[in-house]
Amino acid sequence: MPLLSVEGLGIDFGGLRAVNDVGFGVEPGEIVSVIGPNGAGKTTLFNMISGAYRPARGKVSLDGEAVTGMAPNQLAERGLSRTFQNLQIFQKMSVLENVMTGRHLKARGSLVADLFSTPASRRRTAEARTVASGLLARVGLDRAADQQASSLSYGALKRLEIARALALEPRILLLDEPAAGCNAVETEEIDHLIADVAKSGVAILLVEHDMKMVMRISSHIVVLDRGEKIAEGKPEKVSRDPKVIEAYLGVQEGSGHALG
Amino acid sequence: MTELLQYLVSGTTVGAAYALVALGFTIIYNASDVVNFAQGEFVMLGGMVTFFAWQAGVPLPLAALLAIVAAAVIGVLLNKLAIERAGAAPVVSLIIITIGASIFLRGGAQLVFDKQLHRFPGFSGDEPMNVGGVTILPQGLWVVAVAVMVFVLLYVFFTRTLTGKAILATANNRVAAKLVGINTDYMMSLSFALSAAIGALAGILMTPISLTSYDLGVPFALKGFAAAMLGGMGVPVGALVGGLLLGLIEALTAGLVSSTYKDAVAFIVILVVLFWMPQGLFGRKSMERV
Amino acid sequence: MRLSSKHLTLLILLAIVALAPLAFPSNFYYRIGALAFVNGLAVTGLVILIGFAGQVSLGHAGFAGIGAYTCALAPIYLGLHPALAMLLGTVISAGIAWLIGGPILRLKGYYLGVATLGFGILVSMVLANEVPITGGADGREVPELGLRAALKFIGIDLSNAQFWYAFTALFLLGGAWVASNLHDSAAGRALRALHDSEIAAGTVGVDVARYKLSAFVLSAVYASLSGSLLALMNKFITPDVAGFLHSVELVTMTVLGGAGSVPGAIAGATLLTLLPQALTALQAYEHMILGLIMMLVMIFMRDGLVPTLSRALRGRG
Repeated sequence: MPLLSVEGLGIDFGGLRAVNDVGFGVEPGEIVSVIGPNGAGKTTLFNMISGAYRPARGKVSLDGEAVTGMAPNQLAERGLSRTFQNLQIFQKMSVLENVMTGRHLKARGSLVADLFSTPASRRRTAEARTVASGLLARVGLDRAADQQASSLSYGALKRLEIARALALEPRILLLDEPAAGCNAVETEEIDHLIADVAKSGVAILLVEHDMKMVMRISSHIVVLDRGEKIAEGKPEKVSRDPKVIEAYLGVQEGSGHALG
Repeated sequence: MTELLQYLVSGTTVGAAYALVALGFTIIYNASDVVNFAQGEFVMLGGMVTFFAWQAGVPLPLAALLAIVAAAVIGVLLNKLAIERAGAAPVVSLIIITIGASIFLRGGAQLVFDKQLHRFPGFSGDEPMNVGGVTILPQGLWVVAVAVMVFVLLYVFFTRTLTGKAILATANNRVAAKLVGINTDYMMSLSFALSAAIGALAGILMTPISLTSYDLGVPFALKGFAAAMLGGMGVPVGALVGGLLLGLIEALTAGLVSSTYKDAVAFIVILVVLFWMPQGLFGRKSMERV
Repeated sequence: MRLSSKHLTLLILLAIVALAPLAFPSNFYYRIGALAFVNGLAVTGLVILIGFAGQVSLGHAGFAGIGAYTCALAPIYLGLHPALAMLLGTVISAGIAWLIGGPILRLKGYYLGVATLGFGILVSMVLANEVPITGGADGREVPELGLRAALKFIGIDLSNAQFWYAFTALFLLGGAWVASNLHDSAAGRALRALHDSEIAAGTVGVDVARYKLSAFVLSAVYASLSGSLLALMNKFITPDVAGFLHSVELVTMTVLGGAGSVPGAIAGATLLTLLPQALTALQAYEHMILGLIMMLVMIFMRDGLVPTLSRALRGRG
């Protein structure tokens, strides 16, 4: 049974079918990429799976448990974590604190203990700091630990979000365009990082525009166009699929669809 | 039965005034997404300036005009000196700025004028009319008639005139409005002037009925806000209907439940609306993008 | 362990509180100091709510009113010692904050502002209208705490003003210590996280609604204690303590110094408490000046006085 399974998922915005009847599964250790032209509904799909939007139709299950429409924090408790296409960083915190906050589920405890800074509370924070420092080193941001997050470059913020998501020790990780805005070197680093995380048994669902990267690291690809799944399979198979090529090249111009 | 009708009559009068204040909120909110907590001070200025000008010998219609112009000028100043300079400030900052403006104006009025209650005569006298046992003040008819007229004029302005449409465009997307050549700064100032003038008008109309004083701004602002929310923030029809409804609920509460706590009605309406129908009676739902 | 910046800040605060009386020309200044501490306590609570969690409240004076009137009424109607009445006040405030916080905190921005404003006005309306119990607008006497007499008995003889200066300072220092602890704890990080991005906070597992509510209840406790102290110190209380203006003053103090930091907010509270004393000649202009400060700070120093000034100083040198 796949760790994450999506069946017949759909949502409408103002009568427009943004995503319709999309289904697939992700196994532990697998990297599944969702690709498609701009406006195909990739981020919307992500937002439904991660609880930011409530789907109108369909079902999401985690490890066999139905989690459709659950709040993001409930999904986090079940081991689902994500990054955001247009960055959702805790701007006013330091880089280190951002990642420490990613460890919330392990670091949290009694509020009263936190108010009076009991040894238990300090221990939880110290543990979070150790883990967060390690993760910062892993994404190459250890030198920036004490800087305010808002001072980082775009590419660095992308990696910071990955580190924050990893602090949760997720079983499934959703990455929304992790390499966007990164240079070639950074992209390759992120590439290795993702492969590394997958190797440790984490299921990864990826939205990415960098096709070379997608083809290189994906074990499985789902292709969306105008909110619908038009193809699915191994990278080499998908890249030769005429429907996929057509969706990307937009052969039929003026066919009436205006999803953009 | 007559008693109930009497409540309805007084509720409609007060409600029409709330509707005017709510329309003032709506105009600024539509132009800038700012909720102007100082809106009630324009109501206060309308009544106070008119009274003191009238007392100094200025004929009442001229005094009223003076008050409306004064309020409009202060509205423009508020926009130019505070709101515009704050730029893309977070909501908390804008709340504090407009409340600061409210307290500033109220303190100023207390200083320039006084702390007494004031009243000037109704436009068509103060002789109550008796219709089937129900007392109607001629001034009450004025309030309702002017509120409806203002609403119609605003409707025509925003749907039929280029300037009105330009204000709406400014609200919708300021960058795009600028790109098509709309002077967005001017549109913002115009909205503040218009909104302040309408607020002042409400204050002038209500003074013969419920008196005016330096400190009535905050309650009027809250009630106008409650009315605007009840109708749906940013929807002119909503402001009109919301104002009338709030006035009626308040009058019925005062008559049937407790007059001490009639002022609490507005908050209870706010809370009820916020929890059970946040988009109000006529508002549209929106979705947050991630 | 090294002396963290948290402990350093608290030590400096302690030093200021302890050394300030050396410069006091008269006993009257102890009273002003105590007033600043009482305000500072409520403002420290608002730092947790506004500065950490990013949730505005324009009605926290309502909780100060509850704290104050519990101290006035519980000793008479329930026969409680004033100190216990103070405790009861915080329990009532926390309970009410917990009840109304659930629904109110689902709101954002202007709507949250108006809903909290409405709550504050409702409280002051009840206090002003229930004349037989609260004494109405004329106010009500508050019993003596009695601690000063007890101290005298064991040989510590303080003037009334000195006692309240020291007593309120203890509360302020305690409150500042707790708020600083919170800032650097897991719960504090959760609050600051949801301030920046609710969706990202949820994604890392923060129960956003629950943490917002915790901040609201905590800040209500601070405000309630502040109201109780004010009532006990003045031995008299009027509904103004719960009024709209007091709520607005508290928020202004919070943002004046810098909502994000405890010492900044305490500085803001002190400044705004001292201002009317320093400008007695300008008393008639008090409201205009308050309004002006609110506008100017938000337009020109959005982060507040202390962070803006320290940035400017750092920039120069």
